[in-house]
Amino acid sequence: MIGATTTDNGANGLVRLFLLVGLGVFALFPLVGSTFYVQLGTKVMVFAILAMSLNLLVGFTGLVSLGHAAFFGIAAYSVYFFTPGFTAASVWWTLPAAVGLAGLAALVIGALSLRTKGIFFLMVTLAFGQMVFFLFHDTPIGGSPDGVYVNAVPTFDALGIDLPELRDRYQLIEGGARAPFTLYYVTLACMLAVYAFLAVLLRSLFGHVIKGIRVNEHRMRALGYPVYGYKLASFVIAGLLGGLAGYLWAVQSLFVNPELAGWHMSAEILLMVILGGMGTIYGPILGALALEALRELAEIAIEYGVTASNAIGLTEMDPHRAATDYYLLVEGVVIIAIVIVLPRGLSGLIEDLAAYLRSGRRSAKGEAEQAT
Amino acid sequence: MSETLLRTDTLSKSFGGLRAVSDVSLEFPVGLLHAVIGPNGAGKTTLINMLSGDLKPSSGAIYLNGENIAGLRADQVSKKGVGRSYQKTNILAEMTALENVRLAAQSRVGGGLGLITAVKRRGDLIDRAHAALERVGLRAADDRPASALSHGEQRQLEIAMTLATEPNVLLLDEPLAGMGPEETERMVALLRSLVAGHAVVLVEHDMDVVFSVADRLTVMVNGAVLESGSPQAIRASAVVREAYLGEDEDDA
Ligand SMILES: Nc1ncnc2c1ncn2[C@@H]1O[C@H](COP(=O)(O)OP(=O)(O)OP(=O)(O)O)[C@@H](O)[C@H]1O
Ligand SMILES: [Mg+2]
Repeated sequence: MIGATTTDNGANGLVRLFLLVGLGVFALFPLVGSTFYVQLGTKVMVFAILAMSLNLLVGFTGLVSLGHAAFFGIAAYSVYFFTPGFTAASVWWTLPAAVGLAGLAALVIGALSLRTKGIFFLMVTLAFGQMVFFLFHDTPIGGSPDGVYVNAVPTFDALGIDLPELRDRYQLIEGGARAPFTLYYVTLACMLAVYAFLAVLLRSLFGHVIKGIRVNEHRMRALGYPVYGYKLASFVIAGLLGGLAGYLWAVQSLFVNPELAGWHMSAEILLMVILGGMGTIYGPILGALALEALRELAEIAIEYGVTASNAIGLTEMDPHRAATDYYLLVEGVVIIAIVIVLPRGLSGLIEDLAAYLRSGRRSAKGEAEQAT
Repeated sequence: MSETLLRTDTLSKSFGGLRAVSDVSLEFPVGLLHAVIGPNGAGKTTLINMLSGDLKPSSGAIYLNGENIAGLRADQVSKKGVGRSYQKTNILAEMTALENVRLAAQSRVGGGLGLITAVKRRGDLIDRAHAALERVGLRAADDRPASALSHGEQRQLEIAMTLATEPNVLLLDEPLAGMGPEETERMVALLRSLVAGHAVVLVEHDMDVVFSVADRLTVMVNGAVLESGSPQAIRASAVVREAYLGEDEDDA
């Protein structure tokens, strides 16, 4: 598989600088982006949280799960469950309850699927994910197989912030108007919090144990670690964080559908993790960003390409239709190319670049010292 | 006085039709180095695997301090004070030598999963790791990835990991295989120093080493104990000569 050789999650100075610049871009983006792109940015950050949570399993514990969307879907649907009518419920209890439900599901699914390993683990998590999908798709619990609307945004009744009001305000202002974009910043804060949480976790005694389990599970057991328990704890934490992403998704889109929990979504998160690189905490953020950007660019490129070929009489296609029909093809080819060129993902490239720049600077300094 | 810390009673393991270990009853008291020798495929590693919990016995019992630990998982056995090294090097290849041993030491930290405690704040674990590395003569290897160590150094690392778990029983499966003469000498000295306070079980092919360090010797052939006793008794045993030590031992 894609090797994650960087076990050290402590970013060096240059990488830190890169991350800070990235944070600046995220923080200032709403000032220049149109409403559409700010919403897209919120979506990217939700996926970034989701992908970071999966990476705790894939990149740091060595567990490749194909059912991670289940926890995303469960928390998203919880928001729908908790606001049955048009009366908004408070964030103070719906958030912990939604995230808790996702964690509970992770405890049950993890307890059963962690009895298997490797490809079997992959299959069992896939099967559990599909079970959750069918729960929402084919039973009355989910409301409708096509998805359901969440009728009221949870209220955030503290600090005088009213989430629904602010959310609606920015939705109503169209055409690149400046607005507070509260939900964008709430999501950004959550993303930073998840990053910080993972950074602390991976530096803890626990974090070092799961990294050891990824490298050599057998040896860790022989050293006295109850490997199953550690894996389960990691699985539940990943489920909780995935639940946070699901909650934010439901608040952002006010619409939930069974596909949120399905295998296609699980595969897409895995793709973000692989694309961004598994060896670092921030890699999946890049992966989520890259996948979304790729999608947008692929559509734009196809539209332009088809328009051009229509103009010279080569084709007679609706450019817009072509874009929605073929973007997955273009996206797939580009992803394969990236994975071949960058086996450690985008973050691997950044780590290598930082190491290269650092060594270059050091040797330049060395030469300068020799010259004097 | 030497008490029997570890004891097996008609311990057996079958792989399908193959009886890899057959009715082995042995005692491993504290303060003695008990060497297990035998030809390839005799069942030595399988015996160690059962003692460490890596393999479940097919039948028989393993008593540690009087408690039957047969059937416990490897991590449970390890927590009870049984440490082992592997014949085929078994380390955390991607991690540094220090982290390998530090994780071994960390396994003795009680109380929860350690979700909150930062590794940095447990400098004592690093100190213990350093001490174990020092003991096997690998102090300089600290920051090198375990995969970059020489074969002999990896063998030393494996012993350091075992020591860092602070076991009472040491199960060493051919620890000297692949070590150079200097490293071997150092390890033999280390083995001698470990005997006090530990029950040491040593599987080893090098007869010079075996006869120089062992207090007791067990010869296994085809899964069964052929003979067990003091080195002098084994050397003198006609059965052992015939079945295992062979002609070259006569020349010596
Ligand atoms: N997991 C297993 N499955 C099936 N057969 C096994 C297994 N492990 C060991 N055996 C067989 O059991 C017998 C004893 O093997 P074991 O590894 O215990 O021998 P050994 O005395 O350690 O030999 P060596 O000196 O070569 O290390 C051998 O015939 C081996 O092929
Ligand atoms: Mg063996």
